[in-house]
Amino acid sequence: MGSGSSPCASCKLLRRRCAKDCVFAPYFPPDDPHKFAIVHKVFGASNVSKMLQELPVHQRGDAVSSLVYEANARMRDPVYGCVGAISYLQNQVSQLQMQLAVAQAEILCIQMQHEPELPAITNHHPSMIDCDAKSLLLSGSNTNDFGEQIMPQFLSYTSNNNIMQDPLKRECHWT
Amino acid sequence: MTSTRCAACKYFRRRCRPDCIFAPYFPADNPQRFACVHKIYGASNIGKMLEELPVELRVDAMESLYYEAKCRIQDPVYGCAGIVSLLHQELHSAQSQLAKVQAEIAFLDATNVALAKPTSSADASLVQENGIDQGLDDQFNMWFY
Repeated sequence: MGSGSSPCASCKLLRRRCAKDCVFAPYFPPDDPHKFAIVHKVFGASNVSKMLQELPVHQRGDAVSSLVYEANARMRDPVYGCVGAISYLQNQVSQLQMQLAVAQAEILCIQMQHEPELPAITNHHPSMIDCDAKSLLLSGSNTNDFGEQIMPQFLSYTSNNNIMQDPLKRECHWT
Repeated sequence: MTSTRCAACKYFRRRCRPDCIFAPYFPADNPQRFACVHKIYGASNIGKMLEELPVELRVDAMESLYYEAKCRIQDPVYGCAGIVSLLHQELHSAQSQLAKVQAEIAFLDATNVALAKPTSSADASLVQENGIDQGLDDQFNMWFY
């Protein structure tokens, strides 16, 4: 932040001089005051500053984006914030996985019905070949707890979220 | 006299008043819980959030804040937002897989209908020639993968 430049959004809000090495300046430009305002309201400028200073420079941009995302989520939903979105998405994923399992069982049923060599079955009544996709599914071992979206359940995600892919691919999810 | 201060007041080494707003949600036996949320949000912000919420919603709010704070401590760059992103990817992947499998079912159903229809030997041989009679041969499954 040069001497002739406008102070960054954070220094404007905090009404202080924007130093050349202001930690906020690269991430909170003056033309978007709302971005810092919302992060400050939820996390506090002091905490955000500490968080950024503890990170290498090349990771601060993503950190700010995620903080803005979480702050927005918390403003929209003061009770559950981001966690509400996690719970909802987890439920959606579970439902889709159940539908997928049923569909895959249905394919298996179709395959079984048209299997040319079923020596033990061919002598039986044709109706015994009929299989219900859901009963086939339930007779299997897939007994995941579908549809569980209660808050404490998603805590298991913290131990499974080590799969971090290229953050650039996730830019579209910050909004 | 044993101390009855909540974790927040213990942290700040101050007297815990009977109407302390933190006390119901940050018991003394779990100091790490308050330390975690204070590190990310700050006690002042937590207090403001609590004051702005009806009493019956404060427990859930503090639980979610604690969860988000833990996520942020474990992953200082992406925090909880990283989990949301991961779930979006899983959702997209599951949708794609489901669409694929449903297309395969539709194909198999159409194949079965075609197989059930032939009424003449000419038709049957035509079906045979085109390979449709191969039913669920792997080469058809390969179309989908």
